[in-house]
Amino acid sequence: MSLIRRKVPRLPLAAALLIAAASSVPAASSEADFKAAYAAAEAANQRAGQLRDQWTATAAALAAARKAATGGDFDKAVASSKEAEALARASILQAESEKQAWQALEIH
Amino acid sequence: MASTIRVRATSKDDTTEVQALIQHPMDSGFVKDAKGQIIPPHFIQQVTFEHDGKNVFVADWGTAVSKDPYVKFSFKGGKKGDDLKISWVDNKGASDTTTAKIQ
Amino acid sequence: MRPAIQFLSAALGLAALTLGLGDRAVAAGGSDPAADAEAFQKYFTGKFPGLKLEDFVNGPYSMNEDMHRQWVEKEEFPPYDFSLDQGKEMFSTPFKNGKGYADCFPNKGIGIRQDYPYFDQKEGKVITLELALNRCREANGEAPLSYVKDDMAALTAYMAFTSRGKPFDIKIPDDPRAFEAYQDGKRYFYTRRGQLNFSCASCHVQNPGERIRAEILAPALGILNAMPIYRSEWGGMGTISRRFVTCNIQTRGVPLDPQSDEYRDLEYYLSYVSNGLPISGPGARP
Repeated sequence: MSLIRRKVPRLPLAAALLIAAASSVPAASSEADFKAAYAAAEAANQRAGQLRDQWTATAAALAAARKAATGGDFDKAVASSKEAEALARASILQAESEKQAWQALEIH
Repeated sequence: MASTIRVRATSKDDTTEVQALIQHPMDSGFVKDAKGQIIPPHFIQQVTFEHDGKNVFVADWGTAVSKDPYVKFSFKGGKKGDDLKISWVDNKGASDTTTAKIQ
Repeated sequence: MRPAIQFLSAALGLAALTLGLGDRAVAAGGSDPAADAEAFQKYFTGKFPGLKLEDFVNGPYSMNEDMHRQWVEKEEFPPYDFSLDQGKEMFSTPFKNGKGYADCFPNKGIGIRQDYPYFDQKEGKVITLELALNRCREANGEAPLSYVKDDMAALTAYMAFTSRGKPFDIKIPDDPRAFEAYQDGKRYFYTRRGQLNFSCASCHVQNPGERIRAEILAPALGILNAMPIYRSEWGGMGTISRRFVTCNIQTRGVPLDPQSDEYRDLEYYLSYVSNGLPISGPGARP
């Protein structure tokens, strides 16, 4: 079977840059990005700890972030950190709303 | 050292009901400890109940039997005051035996 | 549009006010522990009219006929026998300094389990049996036992055994701190936590007798009376501390330290509302 050569259209540079921007491919995360994202997640999880309502899922996401960072995969580390932060924030929301909501379950 | 075998045998009419609780880790060899090391298999391979010179119940056990196995069975024969001898042997060659009186 | 915005800002204001109260939840006003206990017991006896009050101490085994049969069989040759023997031996063995557990407890430590936890007015905190046992050890130069491992389970198994049949007799002294500890325990019990968003009540008040995966749920009434328990799932004995920790993990919540304030207060609340029900420990569970 013969190889069929396709003619690759050559794009003008400006158009190429425009396409790149339009498709918004994110730049690779740096270690600094990871540190910032992780710190935010940690802070939220600490707050959840003060409220005595940390989730094991949060701890798992933080661990995944640390592991990825150690391996140099900062994209993954940032993603896991952001997930951890979201989980921690959800646990805070739970603890705060439960301050009142618990009464709904009480036997009277 | 205290026996690993607790047994209660009660006779009614011509049937004797036997219950036994045996203390043994019954490690399957598939479980890991806290450090991640496999806990080696350690389980009873055979348990024998003997009455009047005859084996009334023999079990070949393996890794599917849980920790501190409990066994209950009935056999024809046996009367109050008779001896019932129970023994087990495990895969490490350890064993224990006890004799109880049928009530 | 206007009223909606006003409502929204009012709601946000209220939320801010609530958050501004700090980390403590708002307590339900006008709470009376004795009334709580009465309502608690009435709720469960109403839900299970075929059961006598003392039946509730058997947890899931009282919830249906099949489970009850299993319980009767299990009681003929209970799996906690070995742990109980170990506990008796531990209890009777003197410490290195020659003293023993009998020296730390009223009535030489025999037949007293139904009085725990109690509120210590000198210290201003709830003292559970497990905590008291470790304090006894430390006061006599012995290392404390892990709250979640076999040795503490064996010891509390023996102490529970000497109290078998005695009804829970938990007291709340006329002290605002004791009342606050009781309230804390109650709040903890009803508060949803963990990623699965369950409170203790979600399972043990709303769904006793129902299944969670393959397990039948126990009612909250009398849930501590059989402790410590030989749990087939664990393949061994477990303390109250162990159960609180594992329950938290099961709701995907990070557990607190064993014998932390919240857990001791929770035990205080749960024991108090089961006053009158007999100690049946040590117990066995699926």
